Amino acid sequence: MSVVNQGYKGAVLEVHNLSSSYNRKPVLWDIDFRLEAAQLVGIVGPNGSGKTTLLRNIMGLMEADSGYVRLFGKNLNEVREKVSYVPQRESVDWQFPVSVREVVEMGRYRPKNLMKRLGAQDHDLVDQALEKVGMLEYAQRQIGQLSGGQQQRVFLARALAQNADLYLMDEPFVGVDAATEDAILKVLSDLRDQGKTVVIVHHDLQTAYQYFDSMVLLNTRLVAYGPRDKVFTRDYLQEAYGGRLTVLSKLSQVIASSEFPVREKGFKEKSGLGDAAD
Amino acid sequence: MSIEAFYIILTGALVAASSALLGSFLVLRRMAMLGDAISHAVLPGIVVAFLLSGQRESTALLIGAAASGLLATFLIELLHRKARLQEDASIGISFTWLFAIGVLLISTYTGQVDLDQECVLYGEIAYVPLDQVSLGTIWSGPRPLLVSAILFALTLIYLLISFKGLKLLSFNEDHARSLGIRTQVWHFSFMAMVSLVTVLAFEIVGAILIVALLVVPAATAFLWTRSLIPMIVLAVIFGVLSSFGGYYLAVGINGSIAGAMVTVAGLFMLLSVVLMRVLKRS
Repeated sequence: MSVVNQGYKGAVLEVHNLSSSYNRKPVLWDIDFRLEAAQLVGIVGPNGSGKTTLLRNIMGLMEADSGYVRLFGKNLNEVREKVSYVPQRESVDWQFPVSVREVVEMGRYRPKNLMKRLGAQDHDLVDQALEKVGMLEYAQRQIGQLSGGQQQRVFLARALAQNADLYLMDEPFVGVDAATEDAILKVLSDLRDQGKTVVIVHHDLQTAYQYFDSMVLLNTRLVAYGPRDKVFTRDYLQEAYGGRLTVLSKLSQVIASSEFPVREKGFKEKSGLGDAAD
Repeated sequence: MSIEAFYIILTGALVAASSALLGSFLVLRRMAMLGDAISHAVLPGIVVAFLLSGQRESTALLIGAAASGLLATFLIELLHRKARLQEDASIGISFTWLFAIGVLLISTYTGQVDLDQECVLYGEIAYVPLDQVSLGTIWSGPRPLLVSAILFALTLIYLLISFKGLKLLSFNEDHARSLGIRTQVWHFSFMAMVSLVTVLAFEIVGAILIVALLVVPAATAFLWTRSLIPMIVLAVIFGVLSSFGGYYLAVGINGSIAGAMVTVAGLFMLLSVVLMRVLKRS
C-alpha cells in the first residue's frame, strides 16, 4: 500500500477501554483498538452490536460510561477540522427546504465563520466536492427530489468539502444503486490513496471483505480488529454473529468466497485456517 | 381606514411577522409543540415579574417571561437528556408544571395581581390604540405598536445573525455538533427569542393563539416551496395577510380580532392544501 501520509505517523484513531450504554443497557463494553492511517476500515457486526454507538462516541455525540478516545493522539476538540462525520442518511429529513449545494456548503461551516459569508476558497471546495461525486449538475436541485443514491452522494460531498484527514461514515452504502456504490467506493479509495483514513460502519458481510483493508468486528464487545484477512475468519465471525442460524448459513458462502483472494496471496495461510476450523 | 384600524392591523402584522420568522424554524425542527409549551410556560415568569415590579407594561415582564421560557426549555432538555425521558413527555411535564405554578401564583395573589386570566389566554388586540405612549417629540402612538416594531426588528436581526447556525442545526444537529458548533447556544438563544415573541403576543392574541401564529403561516409556506428563504418570506406574507384579513373579518361579524386572525391563517392553510391537490392533478 502506498502511503502518502500527511505528516501524521502514530495511530489516527485510538479507542481506550470504551464502554457505553443506551437507556441503561450496555451497548459497548470495554472496546479497545487503534487504527493506522491511510486505510479503509470497516466496522462490522450484527444488528444492535453497537456500531453506530461506537461512531457517536468517537464524535463525542454520546457520553461514554468509561474509557476515552484519541484522534491523531489528541482530544477531538483539538483536531475537529481534521475529522469529518457522516451520519446515517435516514437521520435527516430530506424534505428540508435546501438545495444540494446548500447542504454541501454546510461542510464548510465552522464555529468561527458561522456568522459570516463563505469565502471564495470555500466555494471552490464545494464545487470540487460536488464534482467528485458527480452531483455538480444537480447543485441547484432541492434535496427532496433526489433518489436514495443521490442523497448519499450529497452526504459524501458534504464530508469531502470538510477536507478532513479522517472520515467516519455511518452506513454510506445502505439503499444506494450499484452505480452509486461504485462511485462512492472510488471516492473513498482515492481518499485512502491520498493518505487519508476512512472508517465505515457497514452491516453487510458479503461486501465487507471486498471493500475494506482492515476491519473492526464488533458485538457489544470487540471480537477482533486488524487487517481483513486476520479478522475475516470463521472463528471470529462465528463469535460475532453467534448462533444466528440464517447468518451462519450465509457465512459459509462468504468465507468460501473470501478465501479466494487469501489463496492468491499465500496458500499456507488458507490451508492452516480452513482445516483447523472444521 | 381609520387610524385605529391601521394601528391594530399593523401591530397584528408585526407580531405575526415575528412569529412567522421564528415559526419557520420551529416547524422545520419539528418543534411546533415546543412553541405551545413555551407560550404556557412564560406565565409564572410574567406573574413574578409583575409582583416584583408592580407594573403591567414594563420590560421586567418581558425579561421575566423570557427567563421562564428559557427555564422551560432548560427543564425539557434536562428531563430529555439527563433523565432519559422521551422528548414529548419532557415537554408535557415541563410546561404544564410551570403553567400550574403561574395559575397558582395568580390565584394566591389575586388581590394584588391585576392580570385578567381571560386576557392572558385570549389577548385583546382591540385595546391597542387605547394604550398610548410618546417618545418625547419624536413619535407618539400606541405602546403595543412600538413594542411590536422593536420586537420585529430584534427578531429580524437575530435571524440575520444566526441564519447559518439555525439552518445547520435544523437540518442535521449531529453534523453541526461534529463540526464543533455549540448547538446548545443556538438552541437556547432561539428559544429565548420564541419566549420573547410569545410574551409580547400575550396582550395581543393571547397565550393559546400565539401558537397558531408561530406554526400556521410557516406550515402553509412549507406547502408552497422547498427553499428556505422563500419559505420564510412567504410565511411572513401569510402572517401579515392574516392580520389584515382577520381585522376585517372581525369587524364584519363583530367578533374577536385575534380569533379572526387565526381563523384567516387557518383558511390560507386550507386553501393551500386544496390548491396543491388541484394543481397536482392538472
